[in-house]
Amino acid sequence: MSSTVPQIAALEKAQLRDVPPFRVGDTVNVHFRIREGDKERIQVFTGVVIRHHRAGLRSTFTVRKISYGVGVERIFPVHSPRVEKIDIAARGHVRQARLYYLRELRGKKARLRASQRAGTEQVLKDHGVKDAGAAGGKKKKRGKKRKKKAAEA
Amino acid sequence: MNTHLGLIGKKLGNTQIFTDSGEVRRVTVIEGGPCVVVGKRTPEKHGYTALQLGFGKKRTKGVNKPEGGFYTKLGIDAPKVVKEFRVAPEVAEKFEVGQQITVADVFEAGQFVDVSGTSKGRGYTGVMKRHGFAGFKASHGAHEYQRHGGSIGMNMTPGRVFKGKKMAGQHGNKKITVLNLRVVKVLPEEGLVLVEGGVPGPRNGIVTVRTAVKKADKRFEA
Repeated sequence: MSSTVPQIAALEKAQLRDVPPFRVGDTVNVHFRIREGDKERIQVFTGVVIRHHRAGLRSTFTVRKISYGVGVERIFPVHSPRVEKIDIAARGHVRQARLYYLRELRGKKARLRASQRAGTEQVLKDHGVKDAGAAGGKKKKRGKKRKKKAAEA
Repeated sequence: MNTHLGLIGKKLGNTQIFTDSGEVRRVTVIEGGPCVVVGKRTPEKHGYTALQLGFGKKRTKGVNKPEGGFYTKLGIDAPKVVKEFRVAPEVAEKFEVGQQITVADVFEAGQFVDVSGTSKGRGYTGVMKRHGFAGFKASHGAHEYQRHGGSIGMNMTPGRVFKGKKMAGQHGNKKITVLNLRVVKVLPEEGLVLVEGGVPGPRNGIVTVRTAVKKADKRFEA
């Protein structure tokens, strides 16, 4: 929520960044700037958004992925200048706002159906992965195949 | 004693700021000044050097005739708050009575400041809230003694309660100074100072911001 004090609201608004309209359940590639010593590089963290905490400038989102069989979750501040870019790789069909139940599920059960919501195609076109193949997640491919099939049918 | 120049201001509230490197700084936003020099104390006349600064505007109804006359002579509106800042003679020289001082004149990003204000009043408060006493057990036969402070002393020797014994009483609504807060940003156009950390008092409370007494300036790493 933005502040009720006009000066503070203006300060916060000035810091808001342009963020793609990702939702909970989407598979995203978060391009995060990392400092190692005096070198800076960009690391891509790919996973499912399981929580989107909407709080104006203080907004954060949690991305979950399975890395070498271990579940890894990272919380990113949405408006941090360190978040270089957020790609939406796939949109999932979900019925909860917080996908904590995914933590209990493993393997095939931890998959999400592709979203059938109107406008999904457009969002993927606008904010999806432009250089396909660079970050190939199984989930993303599956989602796309399904959509293709649906389009053919 | 703090002999650095400062400003009177208003606490607007708290927010956060991302630095260029992407770190988050928790800041308090203070509307600092503009303050008007309403008077000067000189060694010749008063025995010490100080600047008297005024902040805000008092509503006309609250200004009585002598006060109104004083400020009319200076050609300014009667300020809501007037405070005296003891400063070095060299600093006092730079300012004339009637001159306006803004944030940009006094503060710079990266420096450290001390902020004073009146803390939020909590009224007459028990010992647990006021001094952080642990209280007593809710069970094991404890009876009507959960939030008490316990014994306040010994017996015949010393036969009195020590001075400064922590007991219940008024909590808050008292002048508090927080030392060594870093200035994260100064916005001259808006007249705002962003100070890292918390500042005593409620929103819209009057605070004074001065260059820190105990910590020298250090440039802020972006």
